[in-house]
Amino acid sequence: MDFEYTQSEQNFRSEVRQFLDENLPAATDRGPDFMEHWLKKVREKRWVGFSWPKSVGGGGGNIMEQVILKEEMSARKAPPLGTCMMGLAWVGPGIIQYGTEEQKQRFLPDILDSKYHWCTGYSEPNVGSDLAALQCKATRDGDEYVINGTKIWTSLAPFASWISMLVRTDNFGETDNKHDGITALLVDLSTQGIEIKPIENMAGGKVFAQIFFDNVRVPIKNRLGEEGHGWAVTISSLANERSSIGEVAGLYTKLEKLTELLATSQWNGQAAITDKKIRRTLGRFEAKIEAMRLNGLRYLTKQIKGDPLSSETSVNKLHRAELEVEMGDFAVEKLGEAGLQLRNQEDAVRSGYWAADSLNWPTVVIGGGTPNIQKNIIAERILGLPKD
Amino acid sequence: MNFGFTQEQELLRDQVRRFLDDNCALPDVRRIMQSAQGYEQEHWQQIAGLGWLGLIISESDGGVGLNWVDLVVVLEEMGRSLYPGPYLSTLCFTAALIDIADSDTQKALLPRIADGKIKGSLALLDRPGDPHVGNIFLEANTTGEGVFLSGCKPFVHDCGSADYFLVAYRQAQDFYLALLDVNDPNLERSHSATMDLTKRTGKLTFDNLDISNAPRFKVSEPQINRLFDIGAVGVAAEMIGAAETVLAITTTYAQDRIQFGHAIGKYQGVKHRLAEMYVDIESFKSLVYYAAWTITDSAEELSRSASLAKAFASDAFAAIGIDAVQLHGAIGFTQEYDIQLYLKRSKWSRASFGNADFHYEKIIEQKQSSQGI
Repeated sequence: MDFEYTQSEQNFRSEVRQFLDENLPAATDRGPDFMEHWLKKVREKRWVGFSWPKSVGGGGGNIMEQVILKEEMSARKAPPLGTCMMGLAWVGPGIIQYGTEEQKQRFLPDILDSKYHWCTGYSEPNVGSDLAALQCKATRDGDEYVINGTKIWTSLAPFASWISMLVRTDNFGETDNKHDGITALLVDLSTQGIEIKPIENMAGGKVFAQIFFDNVRVPIKNRLGEEGHGWAVTISSLANERSSIGEVAGLYTKLEKLTELLATSQWNGQAAITDKKIRRTLGRFEAKIEAMRLNGLRYLTKQIKGDPLSSETSVNKLHRAELEVEMGDFAVEKLGEAGLQLRNQEDAVRSGYWAADSLNWPTVVIGGGTPNIQKNIIAERILGLPKD
Repeated sequence: MNFGFTQEQELLRDQVRRFLDDNCALPDVRRIMQSAQGYEQEHWQQIAGLGWLGLIISESDGGVGLNWVDLVVVLEEMGRSLYPGPYLSTLCFTAALIDIADSDTQKALLPRIADGKIKGSLALLDRPGDPHVGNIFLEANTTGEGVFLSGCKPFVHDCGSADYFLVAYRQAQDFYLALLDVNDPNLERSHSATMDLTKRTGKLTFDNLDISNAPRFKVSEPQINRLFDIGAVGVAAEMIGAAETVLAITTTYAQDRIQFGHAIGKYQGVKHRLAEMYVDIESFKSLVYYAAWTITDSAEELSRSASLAKAFASDAFAAIGIDAVQLHGAIGFTQEYDIQLYLKRSKWSRASFGNADFHYEKIIEQKQSSQGI
């Protein structure tokens, strides 16, 4: 075991730190044009899409450099490296692996330049965890596909310009070969026949939507990968695991806030943090977050040694899901009735941060596979238990 | 960056596993744990011959000169097979000698430990409780005639098989460890088994025992805390292997046992609990590996990382032991079936070198002080 960094890794870290010293003013000193300037600067550095190959405009950073960049950015609570989140995390890597030359040239630069948002269309009203049973269909008509159907719970759809979506082009109504006949399409959301209806979530946000497709015509050249092989495209982009480093930094920050909250909130006339059970729970949160950090390093070591990751990443996904649910809920419980007040309500604590947090966890916990699905993955693929 | 084991360490793991599988499989464990002595002298000599007793002892003192990361590999495997013997206690004793003893004492004892000729154990706490200096209050009485101890040290690991003890006491404002020889006729010791017959305990009693001729080492509070932390990491390392065996046994059972026309491992109530066990074991494994690394390579992080590891492991393994028995149904409740041996080990491990309550409290104290709140 060795937690040392090589000279070139250390140099890279210094480079990132120096960049941050020069380009990241304190939050209170940021002017209205800060974000535009920031995005331009990090783009020049090729830190947007840092893991992408240089040939498509990415940074070509190796695994350790990606880790260092994330660590330093998280440590300084820097704004994101590019705002086209879905494009950077899911759509771009899919296009890099399966896209035509034309698709690469058309879409990748816009993602890197944070020009507009992408969203990803997977779930349907009757299709959630059993994604391969999807029914939204596309039929060929000349050099176009015609889409009819609907997608739902599509995150960022109210703000997005394009969607990368799965449709069924074959094997309609079959249950045995349901993974065949799925096709991935890249669709301009301003195309005629598309209607986006935002759905308000329980926290009051309108970040996901239902999308209706009524005879929507999409050129065949916007197909990603081969017809009928969209499942492979999806699997490979889902397998394009993000490391959990940014998440761990975020959870540590949240735990610090939670500890501070409980040290300064009174319960029965005493600081809440003096309570033994509260202390034990905080300790448990810390152990889980640290376990996530160290699990991440162990899995990273595997990757560096050239062993591909399989289902181990479900371990940290489950920890994260639990922590996201429990930390907010714990804060709200310990604040008593004051914990129930949202922003702008009279006695809101910390501007209602924890109240909102206790309602916002489903974004993280349900999106990308529910905890029950993660447990199935571990039980079946790692432990070898029979499939459901 | 490499948070994994070297090829040599993996070879060591194979060697330990092979030795234990060949010589100390569960039927052997059951036989040995029923014996009065609780371990097999022949195994002890073989283990010495393989170098495992001197793993962290320097080559100049007759050891192998490796560190705690190597040791974790051995401890994991010992936990896996529930090796019955005073390995961990002797190891904690060895680590203490390396940390605090003078070089004459080290030269005298360490080579003999490595050779398997002597064994030792720590006798630190004066009462059942947290591994904390507040539970050390035995006070030496110094007169013109000598230095005398009167009192007792309960729950000394492997008290019956140790040849030497490091006994903690106070003198004025300071803490000391006295090296006591079991051949001292005035040292009284008793020994007994625990519910986990593979783990033995006992009591040392001092009735005006003169220790003026015994080697005595003044130790600081942080030095004692470091010994507690090292012990916690050692126990937690054994917990990894033991918990993994529980998961393996229970997974096999869930694949084989048919109810309602299917293997019970098909049902989510069963398979999800097994997946959760996997998640917990993976996680405390990472915490333990890191804590072991800090013992030699990042001492200032040891206190926090040892507590994170022992706290997580204690809660997780205790629950895993219980649920594994429950998932087996009635067969798991029988003496004949092996899973119960691990349930008992989980309870011993939880109690040893601090339970989760203690370690979580320690973590939060440190967190408050680092956040200044």
